This record gives sequence, C-alpha cells and structure tokens, in this order.
Amino acid sequence: MDEIAQLRQTYFQECDEVLSEFEGHLMALDEGRGNAETLRAAFRAIHSIKGGASAFGYRRLVNFAHALETLLDKLRNGSATLTADTISLLLRAADIVADLVRAAQSGGELIEKHESAVHDALVLRADAGPEANAPQAASTVASVNLTPAPADKHHFRIAFNPKPDLFQRGVEPQLLIAELRQSGSLTATADASAVPALEEFDPKKNYLTWTLELETASSAEAIAETLSFVADEEELSVTNLDRAVGNGAIQAPAADTDQSAGGDTAAKPAPEGVPKAAANGDEASGTAPVVSSIRVDLHKLDTLVNLVGELVISQAMLNEQLSLVPTDKFPGLIRGVQELSQHARNLQESVMSMRAQPVKLVFARLPRLVREVAAETGKRVRLVMIGEDTEIDKTVIEHLHDPLTHMIRNAIDHGIETPEERMAMGKPPEGVIRVSASHIGGKIVIQLADDGRGINRQKVLARAIEKDIVLRDQQLNDEQIDNLIFAPGLTTAAAVSNISGRGVGMDIVRRNIQRLGGRITIRSTPGIESIFYLSLPLTLAVLDGMVVRVGDETYVVPLSNMVETLRPQPGQVRTLVGGGDVLSLRGEYVPMVYLHRKFAVEQANTDISKALVMLVETDASMRIGLVVDEIVGQQQVVIKSLESNYDAIHGIGGATILGNGRVALIVDVSMLLTGGISPGSPLVSNAA
Amino acid sequence: MAQAQTSFDPMRLTDTGDAQDKALSRQVVCFRVGAESYGVDIRLVREIRAWSPTTNLPNTPDYVRGVINIRGSIVPILDVRARFGQGQTDANKAHVVIVVAIGARLVGLLVDAVSDIVAVNETEVKAVPDVSGASAHECLEGIVTINEQMVALVAAERIALPVALN
Repeated sequence: MDEIAQLRQTYFQECDEVLSEFEGHLMALDEGRGNAETLRAAFRAIHSIKGGASAFGYRRLVNFAHALETLLDKLRNGSATLTADTISLLLRAADIVADLVRAAQSGGELIEKHESAVHDALVLRADAGPEANAPQAASTVASVNLTPAPADKHHFRIAFNPKPDLFQRGVEPQLLIAELRQSGSLTATADASAVPALEEFDPKKNYLTWTLELETASSAEAIAETLSFVADEEELSVTNLDRAVGNGAIQAPAADTDQSAGGDTAAKPAPEGVPKAAANGDEASGTAPVVSSIRVDLHKLDTLVNLVGELVISQAMLNEQLSLVPTDKFPGLIRGVQELSQHARNLQESVMSMRAQPVKLVFARLPRLVREVAAETGKRVRLVMIGEDTEIDKTVIEHLHDPLTHMIRNAIDHGIETPEERMAMGKPPEGVIRVSASHIGGKIVIQLADDGRGINRQKVLARAIEKDIVLRDQQLNDEQIDNLIFAPGLTTAAAVSNISGRGVGMDIVRRNIQRLGGRITIRSTPGIESIFYLSLPLTLAVLDGMVVRVGDETYVVPLSNMVETLRPQPGQVRTLVGGGDVLSLRGEYVPMVYLHRKFAVEQANTDISKALVMLVETDASMRIGLVVDEIVGQQQVVIKSLESNYDAIHGIGGATILGNGRVALIVDVSMLLTGGISPGSPLVSNAA
Repeated sequence: MAQAQTSFDPMRLTDTGDAQDKALSRQVVCFRVGAESYGVDIRLVREIRAWSPTTNLPNTPDYVRGVINIRGSIVPILDVRARFGQGQTDANKAHVVIVVAIGARLVGLLVDAVSDIVAVNETEVKAVPDVSGASAHECLEGIVTINEQMVALVAAERIALPVALN
C-alpha cells in the first residue's frame, strides 16, 4: 500500500470514530447533558472531517461539511439557537456525512441531489440567526446555555517566548495572535528589548517575545488548542488571571511541558497544568489520562492472531507428547514445557485482546435510535446503558449492530406501552430500556431489558399453533413459550408496523447471533418486563466445540448449536414413509441426520441402538438429531478456513487442527438439512 | 488448448538464466506415477514432503484425498493417479506429496516418487497428441523427451481443477 492510500485509510477510520463521537455529543445536547464545550467538540469533529476531506479532494464532502460546520459555528458562538429541531437536523446531517464518507471510501458516487435538501436546511438555519429561532423557544433545550454569560469570561495571560528559530519552523506569530483575537478581546505587548543592532540583525531569526492578555469566553482548553501549533518546543505559559485574582494563589506551572503533551492532537483534552477553573463544570474537558496508541493494520493483527493460534496448537501437541515421558526422568523438561504452556496462554489472551474493542462503539448509536423510534411511536422511553467499556472482538462488534437495533425497535414497539397505558397500570409514564454488557465466564453477556408489557404468552402460543410451529397438544413451559418468538414466521403484531414489521423477525436476530457463535434467550414477566440475554464469544478465532467420532473420522460440532445428547431408546426412532428417520422426543418429532451417511464415512457404526444422538439447533431454530458414534470430548479449537485452499463444502463450516496435528472438520449444523447432496456423489458443483 | 500452452511465453522466462541459451529453458521437477514420468514447473513447487494421513473431505471426487495440516494451513491433497483415472493410490510413507501454488492457493499432489530436476528447452516441448479418451490429456500442457524417456508436463492449475479455479 502506498503512503497516500495508507493516509486515506487512516482518515476513513478516523471519520468513523469522529462521527460516532459527533452523534454522541448531539445526543448529550439533546438530553440536556451537554454544554458549550460539547458543542465545541461537535464542531471540532466536523472540522476535522472537513480538513481531511479537502486534503484528499472529496469536494462534495467538503461542501457539505462546510455548511454543517457553519451552522455549528453559529451555534457555538451564540448567533444561532440550539433547539430540538436543530438537533434533529444535525443528526440528519451526520447521516449524510456518513454517506458521503462511505461514498468517498468506496470510490462510488452518490446520487446527484443526495445531500442537497439537508444542505439547504443547514444553510437556512445558519442564516436565520437567533431571532428567527426564537419563536421555537418552547422547545429550546433548556439546560444548554450557549450564550456565554459575563461570568463565563476568563482572563488569561499568555507569555509567549519563542526561540530564535521560530520562522524557520514556519510559525507566523501574527497569525497566532489574530487567531487568539477572534476568541475574545486581546491586548498584545511585544518585548523588543532583545532585538540587536542592525549590523548583527539576522532577518531569519526571531528576537521578539510577547505578553498577551486575553479576555474570552473560551476555555483554557480551546486556547491551548489554538496555541498547540507552536507549543511543541516553545516557551509558552498560560496563566488564568481569574483564579489568580480569586484565590490569589494558583499559578499555572510552566506550561510548555504540558503543552507538548497535549499539543500533538487538536482533539486531546486540556493539558492538566491548565487551571481547571477555566473549564468550570465542564466534564468533557476533564483530565482524562492521555492514552498513547498506534494504529496497526488489521491484517497484521490477524496474522499475529493466527500465528499465536499455531503456537497454542503446537503447545497442545507438545503437551500430548510430554504425557508419554516418565515424569521422574526429565523434571527440567517437564517444568519448562509447563511454563511455556503458561506463557503461550498468556500470549494468546493478550493478542486476542488486541482485536477487542469496547461495546461502546455499538452502544453509542443506540440513544439516537431510541429517540427516533420513541418519537415515531409516540412513547416516552429512557435508555440506560451499563458496561459500555466491556470489550469484545472487533468482528463481533460489527455484527452486533443489526440485532441490537432490531431488538430495541421491538422493545419499544411491542414492549413499552404508551404513556397513558402506563399511567393506567400505575407505572411511570416513561418507559426504561436498560442495555448492559458484562464478561461472564469467558463470554460476553449483553442484556436488553424493557419494563414494558412483557410477552403475551396466549397470543404467542396461539399463533405458533396456527403456524404449525408447535403441536396443539404439546406442553410448553412459560420459558419455552417466550422463546417461541425466535421461531421463523411468528409475528404477533396485530398490524405490521413501520417499526418492527420490516420483514426482519426475531428469527433473523437469532440467526445473526448464532452465526457469531452466540446464543440468545428471552425471559419475560407479563406486565412487568422482558429481558433478552445475549451471550457471545469473546473472539471468533476460537470456538468451543464438541469433538465427536464417526467411524475413523473426527468432527467438531460447535457447542453453541448443542442442546443435549442422548442415547435413543428402542422405539424412539421411527422411519417416515418416503422421508428420513425422526426421533420422538417428549412429544416432539425431530428429524435425524446420520453424519456417517451425510458425509459418506466408511466403517461407521450403523446400529442406531449403539449410536449417540446429539440434539442440535440450527440457525433457523430448527432442531435436528445428529447421529454420531461417540463423543470424544469438549475442546476449544482455533478455526481455520477451508476455503483458503479449497472450495466450500456443504455442511462443513471450517476446519481446525487437533492436538495430534491432524485436521478435523467443523460441522455447519445449519446446512445439514438444507439442499443436501446425496451421499457419495461427487461434488460436481465445485467446477462451477 | 494444449497448443496455446506450449507457445512461447516470455513471462515464464523472467527468472531463468542470463545466458542466451538458458533464456528458452525452464526447470521442471520430474515425478513418477506408476510407470509414467511427469514434470511440473519448479516455480510452482513450494515443498516436497512425505505422505501423511489425510482427513477426508466429505462428498468430494475420489481424487481429492482430503486435507492435511501444513504449518497451520489446511491444504487439500490430490491423488494424481486417481485424477488420471487409474484408481486411487494406496498411499504409504514412501509416497510423496508435491505442494504446488496455484494462484493464491496451495494444493498437494500425491505422486509415487520424485525423480529429478531437469532443464527443459522450451523449443523441445511438443504438443500433446490428441488422443481421445485419455483423461490425463486435459491436465497436460506438453510432452518432452528427456534421456530418451517421455515426460509429460502437467498443467498444475488444470490438475487442481475444479478445486482451484478461482
């Protein structure tokens, strides 16, 4: 990859992050948690997107970001008022920016007028000024005080003592002073005492120092940011005179060191040395520790993950061999291998954690979703998020967005009642959706709870019987009935609404979760609450599997698909006329798949009374009785792709390497019943 | 098809010798299956290893012997004898697997033995005679005589077909 392409890639990555922060800021403003600093941060976010876009020549993105930035600028300096309407507009604009960024990234071109409506609205709103917005004052977000009150003015004294090589580094003090002047009233005093006589004067050198007195509404952070261009090596100190006057004590420590710590990125929080009084009540600009990080290409990381996977496999082989060595003969060797094995495990854990990202990345989009869906349905909903810093594998995070979105829509549409209904039931008018993430036993568990009406079991059961999902005389407990909502084709919504009737059912949610190797269940208390439990693997590179034997072959069945295992009793297996065998299990008939027939394994056990049936669940929530010879054991396996050197094989999801170095195939349970190829026939479709 | 393959292709010569006479030659790994000798371009060969037991792939043609683990990669092994319609090889440790790269993929070719590495002059490569009914025919790119013995040059990518068509 050449340098430009690399820069561009970094830019797009940053755009993603910055946009999600931007939405976060807007939501904070909407909920009244924000303040003037939040707005400035939102401005900076768009500004940095615009800056990059213009460097790479994305004209449309620049134009649109510019309009957005103009409005944000007016909002932050108080010449436009932030209303709920404006926030909606800004959110729409954020979507457009995301579209434009995506288009720029993929090299595609959006339709001609994609952004023009929002663009015009932005320009209109920016031009309108505060008076025009005044009639909407009723909906003005109350707690955001954007017009700086006189009390918000701060006095700073900035001592700027640049080194002689100032000009050679391309710093123009005049521009700097002009920039500072924009943020308030500025008195600049230059000290020219160091200027030498003319014959000794070197025009390339700087001999001046300045003392700047600034009266401004900006925070110390904002000033630090302006100065950050020169702050690297300069003698620069910012003194907050308010504090000095008020408390008579605290002086900013030599700010140059602080500046260099905070100066490398414009978006960094305020350097710690800058007096906090300036950022009064401003949580966002607190003293968050500076986390140093580097960007690494995901491919490099994946290679590393793979290599460590190999290491762990080799380790397992070594351990297997070691068990053959008499323990008293080579104590040093055994101890060494045991230590190695410990290190290998630690190494694997830390490498896996490199791919991990906080769930915050998905959670950040939820407040907005809740807001929109609540508005569409006329319900009042509050979102509570817990454990946003819990980390999961990047790929899992990417695939979590759709299921969560759907579950939230469902919870608001079906679960939460209207304010009137809630009041009538003695509940507070505002419903609560609680989303939490936590690590439990080597898994990530995400819970999504709503305090709505719960599942109407009679309705679900009636519907399931009507749709032949359950038999009429089948006895189901409450939990089983609740979980019927994941069955395909079951929707109880009387009218298919715009919100949850988009052709995506809970069965798709379950399928997506299972594809990630996770599981989903629901528990509901009628009239009180429903809670979805999602358990997800920490990583996709490793899978919990059941190692089974069929004839001479060894297969791995993902544990996430397994329900139970049993030895069939005589009479439990029946043959359907013209169909396969079924297993009669607690009043249910489960189709059976003989793995040795499916995979044409020779020398397999064909006596069903000696076989083992594994009850497994497919992605489509269908149960299958998988017939194998025996279970060898449960094991964590590293997933390998079969497709990198061969074609996909029906019914096989991948491969892994067992402790003895042999390859074992991982069974894709969901594909076993669908479009099967008659056993033994060559896989002609490979040629296609 | 075979005709086109034997024609002069400057790309194939880029990393062979500097001398003029070498410019038209390429190195070929010769191997045996039964009594027949075959050759495969050395530039495709990644490694040569002894046969080790494979894990069968279900519902694949008989010449796909399964997959093995080569330093963490899952590599399919193709039985050249079976591919040429002469039945499966009764493989043991004396048999050899030639691992070849076809595009981005690795494929192992199960053969009886590897005999030699020889330089073949491009001009000596003859077209494969059109013998109808020979299932090996489609996998060959030409025939050359080395030490008065006929060596059939295999087109690895077509042996692996339909496996590695991507």
